[in-house]
Formats: sequence, C-alpha cells, structure tokens
Amino acid sequence: MGIEIYTNLAYIVAAALFIFGLKMLGSPATARRGNAFSSMAMLIAVVAGLIGSQAVSYEVIIVGMLIGALIGTLSARLVAMTSMPELVALFNGSGGASSLLVGWATLYYFEGDSVPTFTAATIVLAILIGGLTFTGSLIAYGKLSERINSAALVFSGQRVLNSALLLAIVACAYLFCMDPSATSVYLYALLGLALLLGVMAVIPIGGADMPVVISLLNSYSGIAACAAGFAVGNNILIVAGALVGASGIILTNIMCKAMNRSLANVLFSGFGAAKTAKAVEGEVKPISVEDAYYILEAASNVCFVPGYGMAVAQAQHVVKELGKILEANGCEVSYAIHPVAGRMPGHMNVLLAEADVPYEQLVEMDDINPRIENVDVAIVIGANDVVNPSAREDADSPIYGMPIINVDQARTVFVLKRSMASGFSGVDNPLFFGENTRMLFGDAKESISGVIGEFG
Amino acid sequence: MEIIFLTFILVLSVFLGFELISKVPATLHTPLMSGANAISGITLAGAFLAAGATNNEMASWLGGAAVAFATINVIGGYLVTDRMLGMFKSKRGK
Repeated sequence: MGIEIYTNLAYIVAAALFIFGLKMLGSPATARRGNAFSSMAMLIAVVAGLIGSQAVSYEVIIVGMLIGALIGTLSARLVAMTSMPELVALFNGSGGASSLLVGWATLYYFEGDSVPTFTAATIVLAILIGGLTFTGSLIAYGKLSERINSAALVFSGQRVLNSALLLAIVACAYLFCMDPSATSVYLYALLGLALLLGVMAVIPIGGADMPVVISLLNSYSGIAACAAGFAVGNNILIVAGALVGASGIILTNIMCKAMNRSLANVLFSGFGAAKTAKAVEGEVKPISVEDAYYILEAASNVCFVPGYGMAVAQAQHVVKELGKILEANGCEVSYAIHPVAGRMPGHMNVLLAEADVPYEQLVEMDDINPRIENVDVAIVIGANDVVNPSAREDADSPIYGMPIINVDQARTVFVLKRSMASGFSGVDNPLFFGENTRMLFGDAKESISGVIGEFG
Repeated sequence: MEIIFLTFILVLSVFLGFELISKVPATLHTPLMSGANAISGITLAGAFLAAGATNNEMASWLGGAAVAFATINVIGGYLVTDRMLGMFKSKRGK
C-alpha cells in the first residue's frame, strides 16, 4: 500500500490542476497562466508516476525522456508560426504512438499469467486508437506541409476496402481477446491494421478540411490515453485523456458547424475530389499595385480577409503594416476571420497575433457580415472557399450551405492571388468574376509590400 | 470492482470536459488545441510502468519508446502553447 496512497493523492492534485488549467485556457486573460497550471499538473503526475512505478531500471526511462525532451524543445522553439498546424499534428501523432506502445508493452506484464479479458480489450483499444492517431497524424502532417498531395484521395473500391479493414479489425480484436498474449499473431495483425486504418482514414480528406481532422485527431489522442489508462489501471490517464477527448470533440463540432456539414460528411465524402458545380464564366479584372493604392488611399473602411494563402506567403507582417498605414490615413481597419480559414482552428488568429495585430480589430464572420456593405475595400488574402458566393447561391456547389464572409457585397473587393487556380476544395469561385472585384495577381507579400511602397 | 471504479471516473471526466470547454473564443482555438494536446502526453505516467518495472527486454524497449514519444508530446506541446500565448499577451499590455 504505502507508496500507492501518495501516488494517488498526487494524482488527485494533478487532476484538479489540469481542470483549472483547461478552464483558464478558455479565456484570453488567463490562458497563459492556465497553460502553466496544466504543465505543473503534468510535472506532478509524471513525478508521481515515476515513483509509483517502482521501476527496477531507470536507464531506459532516462534515455527516453532525454531524447523526447530534446526533440520536443527544439521543434517547439525553432518551428515557424506558419508551420504550426504541421507541428501540432506531429505532437498529436507522438501522443498516439505512445499510447499504442504502452498498451502493447502492458501485455508483457502478465508473463505466464493469463491476461484478463477486460484488460485485453482495453489494450486492443489503446493500440487501435493510438495507431490510428499516429499514422493519421503523419498523413495530416504530410498534407499540411505539402510533402504529399493535399487533395482528397478517392479511388474506386475505397469503401469496400475500408469496410473490409474494419471487419478484419473486429475479427482480430475478438480472436486476440479470446487468447491474449504478447506473442499472439492477432496482436501483430492488429498493430498493422491500426496503422493502416489511420492512413485510410485521412487520405480521403482534402486540405481545406484539415481544421476538422486536426481537432478530431487531437480528441483521439486523448481517447487513446484513456484506453491506455484502463489497460494499466491508472486513473490520472483516464481523467486527463477524457478531458482532452472531450475538448477535441467540442472543437471538431465547432469546425463542422462553421462549414455547415456533418462530421460524417467531412470524414467520408472525399470532399473536393469530385467537381459537380457549374463552371463559372466571365472575365477577371486585374488591377495594378498603383491603382490599388489609389483606391485604398481614398477608402475609409477596409477589411482584410485572410486565408491559408496568407500563411503560405508569410504575409501577416506586411498585412499588419499596411493596416497601420491605412489607420494613420484615417481609415477604419478590421480583420475578418472565418472559423475554418487556414489549416487548423484559430490558425489566422495566431498568425495575426504574431504580427501584433490588436485584438479588437479581429472580427468574426457573424459580426462583419451585417455591416459588410459599409466596407469600402475588402482585401482577400489567400482565402478562397470561405469567401465563395457559390456557397450562398449555387445549390449544386459542393460547398453550398457553408456560411461565408460576404465580401462580394462590399463596395470593392481586392483578391490577392498567385494565379487563377481554384481553392483547395477545387471549386470555382464566382467572386473572381464579380463586377466589383479586382484581382491583384502575384505573391501576396510582394503585392502588399508594393502597395506599402506607394504609400511611402 | 476496479473496472466499475475506473469507468465511473471516465464518465465523470467526460462530462466535466464538455462543461469546461464549451465556450471558447475563436482566438484561443489553436492554443486550446495544442494545450490539450500536451495533456494527452499524460501517457508518460503510464509509460514508466512499461519501461522500468519488468525485466523483459522487449517490454522495456517498447516502454522506452513510449516514454520518448510521450515526452515529445508533453514538452513540445507545452512550450509551443506558451510561445503562442506569449504573442497574444504582448498586445494586451499596450
């Protein structure tokens, strides 16, 4: 008994701190302290776990922690803010991998003895969800960093294959639980199938849906920790894992609502792979940097609408600079952020915060739309689907019904764009052909720097 | 009995989680996500059991890898969240 009591007491303290920390993360004023609380909770839980484990050899533990701490610190410090979605995906994946390994290693605990069926079942869950999170996150990482094609990958027979995969998993899980052991052939089959499942689950999801995928994988990594907690009978894993699982699901739900689609539709529809909407015809009206300057110079209300393209061009700093110049020119400046703009929840907020844009100037979609008609110039920077009027007007469009920022109703719209390629969803955008739309072609950062130069 | 006890904890925690985070301003979505992500590295506490408590070589390899992965998740997650929140903070001072 002895030591176990103290470990569990420490776990109670840790659980309370985790709860406080998460609560405080929900408000801008306390968020940073909340994160500190939660890291304190982690420290307490980890130390208690280390003492409570009554380890016989610390070498492996120390080496493992050193390697992990080195990689974690370096990547957290060095990675650019624009690469944040990829990094979060990778961290998620390593959490999943860890749960898988803990589940697997637990089997060796029962050398000779038979493994209780309930424990076997939780080990299966830890391996499945952990594996799914691991490879799913790796694929998400690949898509986000453009190392692999970020479009939705759909092929014929995909559903049949996936159904077969799920059946095989259920069968192997059942057979494994009937006779659980560390050498069971079904264990290895499950490991392979779990990893394959993660790949199959994420490849049919296109780049624009990544905010949903990332928050869902986040939720999975919590659920995997939970399952591992059941496997090793550790309640802090269950509490912390459940909290993460719940928060991930809430975020996922917010993202889905922002696109007016169900989670099932995001996960299984292979969205963006098929083009069904009517092609848009018309003429685009390009504009030069110089003319853009004249219009902006006379404008009294300008609204920036950033999207993933701003992250790619790393244009957040020049955008903010232009905003400041316009303000000095007596113009009202705001930044309208669509909930799913970018590649993770809150992506644009983070980038604009990095550039030091005042919090009060960031407005949400529902706040800007009612007064969009008073906006003289809406500057769309690398956003596409979230400003596509088809979502409002064209019932055949794949994005029909998604709430958008109605920039087409502003007096003038500048669209900063590299070329005329369609957005991630592969949907044509009638906005580009609008009467009041002017296209400013080229790299967003260079275009904006050009405009700033004209002001100078 | 232990199963019931653990399930009890699970159910309460899930409800608590939903209540805690139901209303979060859009600005904090990313820090909340990466902060929660760091918490999911709690598997670390479980990984010690696997890594150090048995003499089985395979188990300690698996456990060691689990420790490394979980530490990446924990350290990286907290640091990056703090880095992001630091940017949010600098502005409010003005």
